Amino acid sequence: MNTELHQSTAPAISLRGLGKRYGQKIAVNGISLDVPSGSFYGLVGPNGAGKTTALSMATGMLRPDAGQAWVHGVDVWKDTRRAKSLLGVLADGVRLFDRLSGRQLVTYAGLLRGMDAATVDERTDDLLRVLDLSDAGGKLVVDYSAGMTKKIALATALIHSPRVLVLDEPFEAVDPVSAANIRDILADYVGHGGTVVVSSHVMDLVQRMCSHVAIISDGNLLAAGTVDEVRGEGSLEDTFVNMVGGRAEGGGLSWLHTS
Amino acid sequence: MVAHLLKLKLALLRNGFKRSPWQLVGVIIGGIYGLGLAVLLFVGMFALGDQPAELITTVVVLAVSLITLGWAVIPVLLSGVDLTLDPSRFSVYPIPPRQLVIGLLLSGFIGVPGLVMLLLFAGQGLAWRANAGLALVGILCGVLAALNALALSRLAVTAATALTSNRRFRELGMILLFVPLIMLGPILQTATEGLEAGLGWLPDISAVLAWTPLGSFAAVPGDVAVGAWGLAAARLVLSLVYLVVIILAWKSVLFRALETPPQQSGGSRAVSGLGVAFRLFPATPWGAVASRCLTYWMKDPRYAMSIIFVPLVPLLIWFWSSQGGDYTAMLYLAPIIAVLLAFSISADISYDNTAFSLHVLTGLRGFDDRLGRVAASAVFAVPTVLLAAILPAALLGETELLPAILGLSLGALGTGWAVSSIASARYTYAVPLPGDNPMKTPPGTGARMAVTQLATFGSTIVLMLPEIILHIVFLVTGQELYAWLVLVTGVVFGALMLMGGLRIGGRWFDSRTPELMQATVLNR
Repeated sequence: MNTELHQSTAPAISLRGLGKRYGQKIAVNGISLDVPSGSFYGLVGPNGAGKTTALSMATGMLRPDAGQAWVHGVDVWKDTRRAKSLLGVLADGVRLFDRLSGRQLVTYAGLLRGMDAATVDERTDDLLRVLDLSDAGGKLVVDYSAGMTKKIALATALIHSPRVLVLDEPFEAVDPVSAANIRDILADYVGHGGTVVVSSHVMDLVQRMCSHVAIISDGNLLAAGTVDEVRGEGSLEDTFVNMVGGRAEGGGLSWLHTS
Repeated sequence: MVAHLLKLKLALLRNGFKRSPWQLVGVIIGGIYGLGLAVLLFVGMFALGDQPAELITTVVVLAVSLITLGWAVIPVLLSGVDLTLDPSRFSVYPIPPRQLVIGLLLSGFIGVPGLVMLLLFAGQGLAWRANAGLALVGILCGVLAALNALALSRLAVTAATALTSNRRFRELGMILLFVPLIMLGPILQTATEGLEAGLGWLPDISAVLAWTPLGSFAAVPGDVAVGAWGLAAARLVLSLVYLVVIILAWKSVLFRALETPPQQSGGSRAVSGLGVAFRLFPATPWGAVASRCLTYWMKDPRYAMSIIFVPLVPLLIWFWSSQGGDYTAMLYLAPIIAVLLAFSISADISYDNTAFSLHVLTGLRGFDDRLGRVAASAVFAVPTVLLAAILPAALLGETELLPAILGLSLGALGTGWAVSSIASARYTYAVPLPGDNPMKTPPGTGARMAVTQLATFGSTIVLMLPEIILHIVFLVTGQELYAWLVLVTGVVFGALMLMGGLRIGGRWFDSRTPELMQATVLNR
């Protein structure tokens, strides 16, 4: 098969039997999933379901015990550097080089990818402006608020104009205005052919924003498809809670009703 | 309420043991150490009991003042050692201020340092054992003095919180505290010499301290012992006034701080544009790594920590050689500093912690990562080593040795960098986390770190054998030719080693990038 053709028709991200085990605990239990090119893909699941582990294996951060991952037809674990050049990743729970200023950090990410200085400068300015960080560009990232930190991390993932964005919990601690701005950027990006994968706890957000969704629980893929396919008649939240289970049964806190 | 606070402190201590047995071990070791110290001083106090009252007073006042001063100063620099009962955590509960203050104050006695101090201070009763009543006064004043020390410590910490919440101040403080620790040996030696000469004016210092909040309580039994009742009463009243004023001052500072918490942010000046470091290196991947590392060398105290001993090495060598009057060792300053500086980049990835993920995600080449880190280190290592090589040789008039010393130093620098570049692509170890106290070593690192560092130093020495052997030949034969041969070998071999080290380290890095990433996650 012609690789060029294969690349353009291949899914943005393709996982086959991806698995990871930590000692006795199976974190991800052989997940197979296709993220169509040009989709806005939501990945939902309860805490500890294996979302972050799966995304880490799909983006070259964590070597899988089993299975394979492709980004636009490029094998993540065989042609790692080329796969990474197609990806922009916002990892959850990792630190940033926070002794750099916001501007320095974004520039750093661009230069690490081998971009030329002029382009990096221009895009850094754009990113800071769009993410409402222009005034904070000179401040050290360590002094940023949680939301600002998320936004600057997002900027480092966008600087090289990737074909696929993988965002782990991008809206956590981000204020509503910034969140709306980020959503606009992402929607625009998808509208122009990019692919976004977000993991989130906020079902409502996923339902409104995403075209596709996958539900992961205990390392297993429970459902995947377009949002309408997965949720059927009910809301995504109801579907999710039904599939995952774990709602508390029995009485509530009756004494809380007194005042 | 006071009892509740004390119980809470006890419960926190106990739960800490449950969570980490090592903490219990730490407390037990600290307890044994403290107890040993207490016994030792008890014996001393007991022996002191045979001396005249004036001498007892002098010694007790000096000791108590010194310890009290320590309680006031050390926690400030360490940014509040004991925050198990952080006052700000109580701000949401309706606790009467007076009870909160008393409870927090007394809770300071629960824990090894507070308890040991209480024992020590009360132990001064032993020195006054000649008279039962006097001994009682001694014990009482000791307890009050301990309370006084706690209050002063709280006041100092709380007052400094506004300052110490400024990140830069706090980080600087830790390093300032560390320098005297390294120099402790020489300082003690000099101090004991000075002490013998200056013993005459110690009673005068003591007499002054006896009127300050540091030593006034401790001086009261001395007044009683010589029958100066009026003086004793006056001093006791003054001491109590001091204590009350300190507590009230602490209370007022505390509640002002609770009502208007100090701003956590700020502290750093804005960086205009890209800053100095990013202009120094080319806009390439390795240049970016170098710029970032250099910025960290300037801004992250953990890096400063790893080279803080470098300026102290000449001091130490100079000090030890001045004892024997033979300064030849100073000539070998440069190779020693070169090895230490080259080695200081071997924990780089460990210091990056999970921020290293950016290097992973951008698909940075191992060679560029390695080269960038060496380049940043070179910015200050090369001038320092050259200076350390040229200056002593010039000052001691041993210029004929200079080529050989330069060769050894440059060889050491290149070889050291090579070994560090390879080792740090393979071995990471738990280091203080970004923003943590640079002196705080995470548990369970000692053995692994020692083995890694020993192996790294060992390999560097072995790989430098050509230079070292030529240098020995030069020293034995005394022929200048060999000195120049050392220089040539050092430069050529050092450069070759460095290139090889960057390549091998880069290859290891490339094949193990995800594993390195996961190692930093574990160190979190």
